[in-house]
Amino acid sequence: MTPQAGFMVVAPLTRGRESAVRELLAGMNFEPGRCNPLNSLVPFGRLERLHFARIVVLDDQTLDDISAYGRPREDYPLSVAFLGDFDGDYDSFLKELVAMAGSGLRQIFANCSGFSPGCDLLDWLKSHEQRPATYYANWRGRTVRQCREEAALRRALVDHLQQNPEVASLAAPELRVRLREFVRAEQAADRLTLTPEAPTPFGWRLRNTLHAIFAVPVLAVELLAWGVAALFLLRAREKSDPVIAPRPDPELAARLFALEDHEIKNQFSAIGSLKPGIFRRWTLTVLLAAIDYTARHVYVRGRLARVHTIHFARWVFLDGKKRLFFASNYDGSLESYMDDFINKVAFGLNVVFTNGIGYPRTRWLFLDGAKDEQTFKYYIRRHELATEVWYDGHAGLTALDMQRNTVVRKGMETGPMTNQEADEWAALL
Amino acid sequence: MKEVDFSDVQGMARFGFSHLAECHYLLLRVRNPDAAREWLAAAPVTTAAARKPPPANALQVAFTCAGLRALGVGEEVMAGFSAEFLAGMAGDASRSRRLGDLGENAPENWYWGAPGYRLDALVILMTSHEELAAWKRTVCSGRWEDGFEVLETLTTSDLDGREPFGFIDGISQPVIDWDRRRNVAKDQLDYSNVVSLGELLLGYPNEYGKYTDRPLIDPPAGGASVLHAAEEVPGKRDLGKNGTYLVFRTLEQDVTGFWSFLRHATGSPEAAIRLAEKMVGRTYDKGAPLAPESANAIEGVEAKAGGPENQFTYDADPRGTGCPIAAHIRRANPRNADLAGRPEGLLARVWNLLGGGPKGFQVDVIASTRFHRILRRGREYGQTVAPALAMTGQGVPEPRGLHFICLNANISRQFEFVQNAWIMSGKFSGLPDESDPLLGPVGNQFSMPRQSQCPVRITGLPRFVTVRGGAYLFLPGLRALRYIARAASTVSSQS
Repeated sequence: MTPQAGFMVVAPLTRGRESAVRELLAGMNFEPGRCNPLNSLVPFGRLERLHFARIVVLDDQTLDDISAYGRPREDYPLSVAFLGDFDGDYDSFLKELVAMAGSGLRQIFANCSGFSPGCDLLDWLKSHEQRPATYYANWRGRTVRQCREEAALRRALVDHLQQNPEVASLAAPELRVRLREFVRAEQAADRLTLTPEAPTPFGWRLRNTLHAIFAVPVLAVELLAWGVAALFLLRAREKSDPVIAPRPDPELAARLFALEDHEIKNQFSAIGSLKPGIFRRWTLTVLLAAIDYTARHVYVRGRLARVHTIHFARWVFLDGKKRLFFASNYDGSLESYMDDFINKVAFGLNVVFTNGIGYPRTRWLFLDGAKDEQTFKYYIRRHELATEVWYDGHAGLTALDMQRNTVVRKGMETGPMTNQEADEWAALL
Repeated sequence: MKEVDFSDVQGMARFGFSHLAECHYLLLRVRNPDAAREWLAAAPVTTAAARKPPPANALQVAFTCAGLRALGVGEEVMAGFSAEFLAGMAGDASRSRRLGDLGENAPENWYWGAPGYRLDALVILMTSHEELAAWKRTVCSGRWEDGFEVLETLTTSDLDGREPFGFIDGISQPVIDWDRRRNVAKDQLDYSNVVSLGELLLGYPNEYGKYTDRPLIDPPAGGASVLHAAEEVPGKRDLGKNGTYLVFRTLEQDVTGFWSFLRHATGSPEAAIRLAEKMVGRTYDKGAPLAPESANAIEGVEAKAGGPENQFTYDADPRGTGCPIAAHIRRANPRNADLAGRPEGLLARVWNLLGGGPKGFQVDVIASTRFHRILRRGREYGQTVAPALAMTGQGVPEPRGLHFICLNANISRQFEFVQNAWIMSGKFSGLPDESDPLLGPVGNQFSMPRQSQCPVRITGLPRFVTVRGGAYLFLPGLRALRYIARAASTVSSQS
């Protein structure tokens, strides 16, 4: 099994270089929202381990919100973030990235302060890495190659059935036998490839197991200590924290709209400031660690709680935990994504985002909050960032498509099935 | 809980007026705002108050945002309407992508409502047989001529409850909780056909127990005192109260194309009918659902003598061997509840929320239905062609189809969601690239699951329905109409 991981390079732009960078980034797209996978700067499409990537200017529209707490606006430097999700280990992927797109990346980061043309790009990228506090992947071990090969397999099977009605009319068990013969023949003729699963890297497995075990007592103690403090500190804050969620600015909304729904998947990037004070920072640190634990050890097979549409997501602290960045890749439109949030995992969003300035009022961290549907949607839109460049390594495939295709493939590779199993398998064709 | 003032609600929010078989839709542009307002102030708009006998004619009036502006509604008031209404159905490319209005369906190709086509208002006239001309003379009098330019008169036909393909239409409608008894505080474990009043009318709590945003006005702002007070914001007057958004789309149906394709694809007229039934999800003759009848009572579904038309969910047909998952009625109303598997008790619910509910591919993948219901009020146009004739490729080639109208309080969460995530999505419920077989050409295929075999897949499916026009309108309450009719005096008294 090849595990998935992410990278995220964040670097402040040199003053006055914002429009130059935006222009450069716009040149990587066919049109806003549609990235050219073989653009000359970063030809994402050539990176065969890359699931998703995006480049986004962290242009926070909500920096004035902190005045609700009587504090002055913080003038963070405008930064550019380059992040993505890939198969395998970090070091080798970054090496590949630099080899494939070194000159283009230099062109982009030349607009960042502290970047000198003579520097070692790999070192520079690594030194600007921002590790996520929480990282989620839809299906651990499912590689880009696997997604593509299994999609091709299913397409070949469906076409074969279409051209051979006598096969399509067979009962499920016989059908499976016949299709297996077909697949073997196609593989032999090199028209289909189904790469076997790679062995799980020993180091990764060891680290993961140790984390699964030893993070539990640490988290338990932290959660307990925090829980006791929260009993005294939480409700008073929840009752008085201001909600800041006016209707989104129509121009910003239109700019975000233009980037969406070019294919079945979409990206979402957002940023916001934490509520001031050590309690909120502590709360968020502990809870994101707890959620990260579940994402690492529990939600590794297609669902984050009840939500099945998120491919990759991450929460990242910025600026000494004063700000939080969120990024995800999901199926469907933002409206349906937000509805999933509200109706299925409001509690999960609440515990995290209620620590951000302006979030709809929660009760005991878990309750209400996102259930104030319209206010929540305004809040989301208001914190959203216009993602200049977004690449999807398996455009057109939803998480459920990938899940189905994997089951279809298993039916071609595993041994005997009961009749009922065969029926369920045949239904997926 | 305050009772609903039916005399402040336009009638079509409560009644379909199916006894008024004749109906014209007048698409209007304001010529002279003063004259238009004067006409409005005197217009005999039909209300939702029950009348015995039912009215012999009806008049309904709705406005686009251009129309409200033309009549003098101020920008600070306009800003309170929803973003979708303000942008319009054809307002931006992103919306068209989401609605599936691409290619032939793209707004640039519409007969009416295309970008640049300034539609201000919609007047709906309904009467019993052969009374329409007289009713039109009555309604379109006074300052009408000075006030409005009629851009288009969209006529309708009474096809005896069937849509042009021949199926019975409008069988499933949500039941509106007019008595305001519905409690939405808890997760709903069972599918209910009853939805909160606030899903239909503005000014009332919706399925989240919240009030949908709409223009609220400070009372001194001239003319606003005519409006109802906002229920949840003290001191404000509610322009949205008892009003709703009206979504209008002219959907042309290629009836000969439909039946001749099915005839060709299946080889016999009988099989063509069976395939059409699979595409719709109901039988041709009676409109009986293909999904098995549900043994449990469904709130808001009355036992009918004619058969179990709505006494079903898809719980007993999870794989779609009865009613295909891609079928039209299964997409338009998936009839599910908030949580899969009916978890009872707090612990079971928490476990379910954390992801411990029923497992499996395509399990718990559809959004909860109750947040995405619409009330349909459309009518057909053009003449019908019998399937047998249509299958031979004959039939008078004239435009025919459906003037689709639906009412909802939140266009993006209701109409647009249903259209985007359910009807036009190639990925509804985990399907691989096939949209509604009737309404969308996405994927050009339709699959029918079978027991113990792979699904039957119809490929090369052409587009049978083409969007020919559309707009988002606001169907105001009667007091709001009076406010709009006075909007100019409002503006002048403010300045």
